[in-house]
Amino acid sequence: MAFVFLLEQVLNGLLVGAYYLLIALGLSLIFSLGGIVNLSHGAFYAVGAYLAVTLTSWIGFAGAFVASPLLVALLGVVIERLLFRRFYRADPILSLLLTFGLAMIIEQSLRIIFGASPLPFSIPTALRGQVFLGSFIYPRYRLIIFGVALAAVLATWFLVYRTAFGRVVRAGVQNPDMVGALGISLQPYMTAVAALGIGLAGLAGVLLAPISGVHPAMGAEILTAAFVVVVIGGLGSFWGVIAAAALVGVVRGLTIYFFPPAGEASMYLLMALVLLLRPRGLLGERIQKFE
Amino acid sequence: MAHSDDLTRRMLLKGAAGATALAGLGMPAIVKAQSDVIRIGHLTPVTGFLGPLGEFAQMGVKLAAEEINAAGGVLGRKVELVIEDSVNPQTASAKAERLIERDKVAMIIGEISSASALAIGQVANRTKTVFINTGANSDALRGASCNPFMFHIEAANSMMVTAVGTYLKTENMIKGKKWYSLTADYAFGHDLFRVAKKFVTENGGEFIGEELVPTDATDFSPYLLKIRQAQPDIVASNLAGNQITNFIKQYAEYGLQFPITGFGFDTAVAWGAGKGNFSGIWPLIWHHMVDTPSSKKFVETFTKKYGKPPENQCWGDYNSLKIVAQSFTEMKTADPQKLAEHLRKGAKFDILKGREGYFRAYDNQMVQEMYAVRAKDADKMKDQWDIYDPLGSVPGLNEDLEVLAPPKDGTCKMQA
Repeated sequence: MAFVFLLEQVLNGLLVGAYYLLIALGLSLIFSLGGIVNLSHGAFYAVGAYLAVTLTSWIGFAGAFVASPLLVALLGVVIERLLFRRFYRADPILSLLLTFGLAMIIEQSLRIIFGASPLPFSIPTALRGQVFLGSFIYPRYRLIIFGVALAAVLATWFLVYRTAFGRVVRAGVQNPDMVGALGISLQPYMTAVAALGIGLAGLAGVLLAPISGVHPAMGAEILTAAFVVVVIGGLGSFWGVIAAAALVGVVRGLTIYFFPPAGEASMYLLMALVLLLRPRGLLGERIQKFE
Repeated sequence: MAHSDDLTRRMLLKGAAGATALAGLGMPAIVKAQSDVIRIGHLTPVTGFLGPLGEFAQMGVKLAAEEINAAGGVLGRKVELVIEDSVNPQTASAKAERLIERDKVAMIIGEISSASALAIGQVANRTKTVFINTGANSDALRGASCNPFMFHIEAANSMMVTAVGTYLKTENMIKGKKWYSLTADYAFGHDLFRVAKKFVTENGGEFIGEELVPTDATDFSPYLLKIRQAQPDIVASNLAGNQITNFIKQYAEYGLQFPITGFGFDTAVAWGAGKGNFSGIWPLIWHHMVDTPSSKKFVETFTKKYGKPPENQCWGDYNSLKIVAQSFTEMKTADPQKLAEHLRKGAKFDILKGREGYFRAYDNQMVQEMYAVRAKDADKMKDQWDIYDPLGSVPGLNEDLEVLAPPKDGTCKMQA
């Protein structure tokens, strides 16, 4: 019987992994393609959630699900044009400070506009309910999150590795000067990458708003976990982030099964272990840009 | 080569550490000094996971100051608030000293975190300045850590437990029942669980699961699976702040049917849970449906000013300032040193409840009525604030108020 319960925790851990993946994917994308360590990623996640709450009362959850990631991506375009653009070739510490400040500004703005209290928000009635597989229980809404995360990963992969757009972006990471010499302006591509990465944070915000508290600090709350996933996966590795998100979800679930107080610490221990045994992360590559 | 690779990773880790520090920063709001005013310090966390409550605390104390000044102030002088974000115990301690020594406040109101309240209490004792704790629940503050200058309008954990426990007993939810508890893994949670477990086991209940939940956990699903596996009769929350919001939402998401209850609770976290998620029986020090004339008037004024009903945290900070103003008026002086003596003499105060409350000299705890509420069905809610029905107040009308106060077990030794 214990085995069945363990298996249930493992499978549930994979679902939770999708939750971490949604948040970490955009973070990893902006870092690996733009070289920006985006500390404001969590804040964009919070903006996505707040937009979801606000828009749902106007256009329903389905409308908000489409509109708020797009609006957050649009915000990403503005941020890239005005701010990120100046820091691609600068010392990474500068972009770190920039995004740290940006995160504070966004969090405090949310506090000023909406107040510090969590905003009420629930899973839409149509998506409520649970699916039972044998003795296992899966909330329908988590399966939807899992599906959306999977779709987001596939779409991102396709865009970056299978399209002309992706080829230019990847070439730009390797050698921006050569791309320029070939007569291609990288700027619109980098704007698109930032919009995509930040839009993904917005998507995570919409999807998680119904199952976690919507409050100004919600971004800061998940940012650390997202970084842990990116570091475990290996900087700049697309598949590494996916493997790491699943691993973190499962390890956390099992830790809570055996020793709950260490539930959140387990991901940091895992990170320490991975860094000790394999300093570049699970599937990380050396990033030429910084060498 | 590998060196620079490491460098970026280190940067990323630093970034992660920096991110966690994000919530810890805030801006002080220092009201400009004026002559001939009575200055009162208000020190409570408005950032971090207790921030939502701190915001309500500030609303409450500001409303009280407005009302006092509109009625002519205290002893002909206006009340002036010096409002600060206490952030964490270290900052709270430093800011308490600054309020007393630089801003010359007559006394300090506030706090929600038990750890920060302890720090402020120590400064209060050293400088012989009254501090009224409006939100910290730990029994230890009223026990081993008590001091003559720290007063508690907020209920101790044991009072919260007895308040809700009384109703759980009448609902037959304790005797012979299997309990499963989730407890916030820090001082407050541990203290709350200790008194809750004592109450439940003394009344014939049994704990089949006692889980500690780290305060930074946002996903509760592994815990929910364990609860489902254990098949308890009752699920009890000793969680704190935003944790409760996440827990309530995900409990509904997983569709678990075991009745839930909790020993620590604030209305804001349930307001923030959303329709159809909140369930169970919970304790409160006060709620906006308390049916007394003074309470109704407070709710009405507050709602008019802020566009939403007052949360229980508003109650503590609002009443504390009113109590101080009333005391200064009765004492005919705003001498900070004499305030402590006056409060300990057992003066009675209208605290918007059926019966008046008073600070008892043993541990400076306000002895008062408490309440329990039951979550409403989603289809019966009139608006987003209408989430529970009052179950009534404890102690019973023919009982002494003090039966609810923490036991006088001798752990509190006031040095004179």
